[in-house]
Amino acid sequence: MMAAASEEEKIMERPITQIGVLGWIRANLFNSPLNSIITVGLLYFLWKVIPPFVNWFLINSVWSGAPAQCRAADGACWAFIREKIRFILFGFFPYEDQWRPLTSVLILVSILIYSRNRRHWNRRLIYFWALSLAAILILMMGGILGLKPVSYERWGGLPLTLFISIGGIVGAYPLGILLALGRRSKMIAIKTFCIFYIELIRGVPLISVLFMSSVMFPLLLPEGFVVNKLLRAQAAIILFTAPYIAEVVRGGLQAIPRGQYEAAASLSLNYYQTLRRVVLPQALKIIIPPTVNHFVGVVRDSSLLLIIALLDLLNTTKTALTDTRWLGFSTEAYIFAALIYFIICYSMAHYSRRLERELDTREQGSKRRLDG
Amino acid sequence: MADNADKNVMGTHPDKPIIRIIDMHKWFDNFHVLNGINLDVKRGERIVICGPSGSGKSTLIRCINRLEEHHKGQVIVDGIEMTNDLKKIEKIRREVGMVFQQFNLFPHLTILENVTLGPIWAKKLPKAEAEKQAMAYLERVKVAEQAKKYPGQLSGGQQQRVAIARSLCMQPKIMLFDEVTSALDPEMVKEVLDVMIELARAGMTMIVVTHEMGFAKTVAHRVVFMDMGRIIEENTPREFFEHPRHERTRLFLSQILH
Repeated sequence: MMAAASEEEKIMERPITQIGVLGWIRANLFNSPLNSIITVGLLYFLWKVIPPFVNWFLINSVWSGAPAQCRAADGACWAFIREKIRFILFGFFPYEDQWRPLTSVLILVSILIYSRNRRHWNRRLIYFWALSLAAILILMMGGILGLKPVSYERWGGLPLTLFISIGGIVGAYPLGILLALGRRSKMIAIKTFCIFYIELIRGVPLISVLFMSSVMFPLLLPEGFVVNKLLRAQAAIILFTAPYIAEVVRGGLQAIPRGQYEAAASLSLNYYQTLRRVVLPQALKIIIPPTVNHFVGVVRDSSLLLIIALLDLLNTTKTALTDTRWLGFSTEAYIFAALIYFIICYSMAHYSRRLERELDTREQGSKRRLDG
Repeated sequence: MADNADKNVMGTHPDKPIIRIIDMHKWFDNFHVLNGINLDVKRGERIVICGPSGSGKSTLIRCINRLEEHHKGQVIVDGIEMTNDLKKIEKIRREVGMVFQQFNLFPHLTILENVTLGPIWAKKLPKAEAEKQAMAYLERVKVAEQAKKYPGQLSGGQQQRVAIARSLCMQPKIMLFDEVTSALDPEMVKEVLDVMIELARAGMTMIVVTHEMGFAKTVAHRVVFMDMGRIIEENTPREFFEHPRHERTRLFLSQILH
């Protein structure tokens, strides 16, 4: 009905703010004398650093051959990684059976990738996980289906790092939530215990917890009673990580306004329903970034297993370096190990950002959900 | 008054009040926020509570569904005396709906999930049935087309109407409104008040804390004026606004009616 008026009305265009590459460079890199100096200095630094690194990493590097060829060359010795990759990835697992840990890792990665999609979060996913874990356990331990039994003491490398990390995360997360809820409990005994536990563990380094689990804990057990070292290490990682998760969860719980509890109460929801349906979904969403921070920490912490003589990825790398024929290639070895850790940790960080985006219900503009 | 319409709902004790508050006291630490409140509310009755801020009016209605604990006296809702017994509290809360100033919708749930949460989990209604009923209430407050959206995507007025529907889905006998239009932009106040007026016409027992005196005049059976934790004066809207008996009431009215 306002057609005539709006036809005459000129629509004011937003002024153009983008002025091409040169304009951008001038506006962002050379907009003041100081900025210009910093830009030039950085360019000089990159010029000095990048070409030699590329030379070492790629152009002069040796990709196959014997140690002697590596020593003759200027570049990186990737032949060393090629020679040792199976040991670094799988440790002392029987050489001819290393397809078993390889398959285990592939199964684990597949189920993790499958679990990324929130549309797959249903009952079937639980069955898939149970099946995958059973398959992995059978593959790793052997002893049935014609597979040669392999003691866990020979497990090592990437599978061990992944198992311990994922086990640590899966165990510590619910335990952390329980501790956080306990810390806010009105029941004084529970509250006191949770505070004591959280503060105690947060006050000691992981190494001491690992030592306790591997050295002191067996002393407390009755004669002849042995608990698997791997399980003890797993328990130590879980018990160590949970208090940190708990404190993060507590922060999330505090961020939920009182009105949410009151609205739930006025709908006659009980304590458990309020937590499960109203409070935790919101609190856990808020704390995705710091939670993932601690999850990434678990992956990195798993490298401390070497001090209780478990051969995680970093420890197999170190062990590979002790081969007297291949001495002196530690840079390459550590770059390789770092790359694997980076891939694992970056995938987690990347996924957490995606999850945050998907769970964001604030406004239309920021809505990018997969389901309708 | 809507006496005839209400008789059907009244059941076996038509004259027995659905809410009885007898000499109730409450303290916040040492601050005596409610000082000897006596109030009876009949079925189908609509009461507007007003008074200066800090007079205890919100606290009073929050004692009716135990969002606040009273320290002395009795609160009896639909024959059940409010005590620390969780089962009783949950039972009373199923009978008493509440709408808040800040809406308090659950931001992580869609509108439909918001309004079905109580029926599904607290009343154990099957999901399909709860959703069908929820859509009817969302229709009634005129936000049915927003059912799949999230609260953050709705205007304040729409959110508050959803909050009303959310309470109604529990099919309460009593509805409490705690300054439900105070946080709204002025142009959205009317759409919420219209829903409340419609609800009043249907015979709902309502206790409304508000400064909307126009609403009080058209809808309330009784206006209750509170100050310093006491009920100073209660009367029919006409008497209350035209012949306020107490000096404090007159002062309050002169401040809010320009």
